[in-house]
Amino acid sequence: MQTDAIRFFFERYALTFRELEQLLAVALARGGDYADLYFEYRTTNSVGVEEQIVKSATKAISQGVGVRVITGEKTGYAYTDEIEFQAIKRAAETASHIANSATGATNLEVNATPNSHNLYAVATPMSEVELARKIALIHRSDQAARRYDKRIREVQASIADEFKYVMIVSSDGRLTGDVQPLARLSVSCIADDDGNLQVGRAGGGGRIDVNFFDEELTPEYFAEEAARQAIIQLDAIDAPAGAMEVVLGPGWPGILLHEAVGHGLEADFNRRQTSAFSGMIGERVASELCTVVDDGTIPNRRGSLNIDDEGEPTSKTVLIENGILRGYINDRLNSGLMQTPRTGNGRRQSYKHMPMPRMTNTFMLAGNDSKEDILRSVKYGLYAVQFGGGQVDITSGEFAFSASEAYLIEDGKITAPVKGATLRGSGPESLKNVVAVGHDLELDQGVGICGKDGQSVPVGVGLPTIKINNMTVGGTKK
Amino acid sequence: MTKELSKDFAAELAQQAVRRGASAAEVIVRQHTDFSVSVRLGEVEKLQQSTDRGFGLRVLLDGKQASVSGSDFTPQAVNALLAEAIELVKTTSPDDSAGLPQPNEFATTFAALDLYDQEIEGLSTDEKIALALRAEASAREVSPLIVNFEGGGFDCSCGSMMLANSLGFAGEYQGTSCSLATVPVAVDGGRMQRDYWYDVRRKIHDLDSPEAIGRIAAERTLRKLNPRPVTTQSVPVVLEPGIAATLVGNLFQAISGESIFRKASFLVGQLGEKIASEKLTMIDDGRRLKGLGSRPFDAEGLPTRQTVVIRDGVLESYLLDTYTARKLGMKSTGNASRGLVGAPGVDAGNIYFQAGEYTPDEIIKSVSQGLLVTELLGFGVNIVTGDYSRSASGIWIENGELAYPVQGVTIAGNLKEMLNAIEMIGNDLDFRGSTVSPTILVGRMVVGG
Repeated sequence: MQTDAIRFFFERYALTFRELEQLLAVALARGGDYADLYFEYRTTNSVGVEEQIVKSATKAISQGVGVRVITGEKTGYAYTDEIEFQAIKRAAETASHIANSATGATNLEVNATPNSHNLYAVATPMSEVELARKIALIHRSDQAARRYDKRIREVQASIADEFKYVMIVSSDGRLTGDVQPLARLSVSCIADDDGNLQVGRAGGGGRIDVNFFDEELTPEYFAEEAARQAIIQLDAIDAPAGAMEVVLGPGWPGILLHEAVGHGLEADFNRRQTSAFSGMIGERVASELCTVVDDGTIPNRRGSLNIDDEGEPTSKTVLIENGILRGYINDRLNSGLMQTPRTGNGRRQSYKHMPMPRMTNTFMLAGNDSKEDILRSVKYGLYAVQFGGGQVDITSGEFAFSASEAYLIEDGKITAPVKGATLRGSGPESLKNVVAVGHDLELDQGVGICGKDGQSVPVGVGLPTIKINNMTVGGTKK
Repeated sequence: MTKELSKDFAAELAQQAVRRGASAAEVIVRQHTDFSVSVRLGEVEKLQQSTDRGFGLRVLLDGKQASVSGSDFTPQAVNALLAEAIELVKTTSPDDSAGLPQPNEFATTFAALDLYDQEIEGLSTDEKIALALRAEASAREVSPLIVNFEGGGFDCSCGSMMLANSLGFAGEYQGTSCSLATVPVAVDGGRMQRDYWYDVRRKIHDLDSPEAIGRIAAERTLRKLNPRPVTTQSVPVVLEPGIAATLVGNLFQAISGESIFRKASFLVGQLGEKIASEKLTMIDDGRRLKGLGSRPFDAEGLPTRQTVVIRDGVLESYLLDTYTARKLGMKSTGNASRGLVGAPGVDAGNIYFQAGEYTPDEIIKSVSQGLLVTELLGFGVNIVTGDYSRSASGIWIENGELAYPVQGVTIAGNLKEMLNAIEMIGNDLDFRGSTVSPTILVGRMVVGG
């Protein structure tokens, strides 16, 4: 296993510095402010157990180079799946057509730049693990879920992993690379109580070593969590509808921040002034209890990266500080046009896609309250601890996310599980109603996938227990 | 086209897998050339063009199954992946239902479905950019309140798909698609709203004019300005075609063989039962001429067809591929679908609620107090239980008239009840995509303010 990405590409494809410089010169032959080449070689594996048998195993290999040319606000992009000089040159010529000037670039010189972070140097990534060992892990999940309760009728457990080499060379003269492992174990269960069917799902992982599943979060843990959720839902009652006090549990409910503020603070929307947060830097957008950061530098996390997909080191960016809007999530194009700092958030799904500002791990810092006190303070409301997906309209600020495990709170006590309910709000307004923040910050366990403009990237979220006043819940109880 | 990208390559690789020890094999090859331009405020913002190629190999060995995919067509790379596939398949478990279809099931003639438009290949970059700019300009002209654009553009794709297996099936087809969209932003009273409009077709001449797309996008955006709150109440809800189409999508999931054999659907065991209002008929048509979801054969080589899923409210058929059909003791409906890697799954062709008799105006006129839903946010649909809860925006209806916009309400119910509560179906069915619907009226849902 090669652990140096630049060496991997140079050796496997017999590339030279001279060729990379020539290709950048071709990209900038018609002018332009900037060009870069993004090399990627990715192996993706999956294996799953269902009906207690291993129905399928897959392996996919993809490789290619994306060439980007930026001139002002315009971007030209082309890619090739052949990592070979002539093919990349053709892509560079295609991308160069976005610019339209008589004189091109000259005298480019490229030098390798070492990474400042080393966040996931794992001894044995999941992709190096033999299939039989992965199968043993997911069989353990299957067994544990079935043991949990006899009403668990069906279990699906799977491991998906990838191992990705990336290398970015830019007309700034920088050559950077990274080796990115990623793995996730997922379990879903169906509980069947005499025809009353309910689903539970759990999973986790990150940029981790295989030992993670023995030492930190085990296959049994995820299985029991999925089974527990399915069983609890068997007794769920109709969720209330209307505005009420809502308590969000720690961890994955941080998806609230991702939808309510994260997307709205991505620099592309703010440069275009199409975000509900446009022009609000320095203004109050949350209660003073709220400090929200995006941090791509947490070791082994699913949303973490040593460098972003433009070769920039990731960082910890304060988005909201004590309720005041402080900063944006930025990439190269938008930080250049807006004259704001790069934050290492230029990400892309693959070499087939242009980078854009994307979140890494987005979470709220811990406060001082205890979860027990927060729950006790609620007269009538909802306590939501697990969620499906969420979505936002960044222009109006409207967001919605769907609770998959939630409980009614009555007179400070958790009384009954409720059926899935949608929570909604407006990005710049809803965090102003945060009236309590717990000291129990947790990050999610490593399942997040964020979609934007047709591109999916892995992300993390996190939250302490918080209480929000006056949040709209979409239930069926009249 | 280079030699490796033909159905001969696919057929040869399938045979090679058998020579290397597989009991059966199937190969898919895809190639497409894509173009995309986005414009904003009269200028090109992004221009992208590329060609994609890839192959996928599925091998079977005594009921065990594994698959691999790659985009490197050099013999060494293909051989290495083939060897991997043979290794992988030894480790999976035997499954009685896995395997290729029976030899007599394969498509032998390939229907001409008119899926390819030579003219798209001939369009110049400037012509494509001009379409995108015209749509935006037309939206801007509608009102001075349209002050900005989030994006919009023109995309097109020309591609081919080849499929072959070790039982002797080999087929290929070509297709094109093109789409045009614009996303205006309007401001009034300091608050912004955004909406969009688009068209997507197989052929450039079937695409709505850029002027029409721009005008509708602007009107849709303007009508969202200055929303008012509503109180929580139970009222009739009118779903616009694009919103009703999401209901078709939810129903497809619920009747897909994958949900049914897992018993993970609120419609398990309902075949032959009345599950919806007798006004409702849902059809899947894999062979509609020029349909975006049309194809002459499915991803296992079976002929596609038209299947009535719901007739007059009665569930008549699930949609199945070979695997799910075997699990259920039924026959495939020719709905296998697959990416490059992985076993086939079930997908619809062109799936829709059949058009009814009412104009959208007549439907709105029938409502004294209710909501016309024009947008949905969130993923609160549970296919297993049918529970439904999503955030919605739209226009409040008072005495049969569109009165004022509402934003950020929730609509909730259960799919079983919603299907039975469908009272009126519009005559405005349009195949703007492959999952479509006319306007529909759901008699009662909880709208949460």
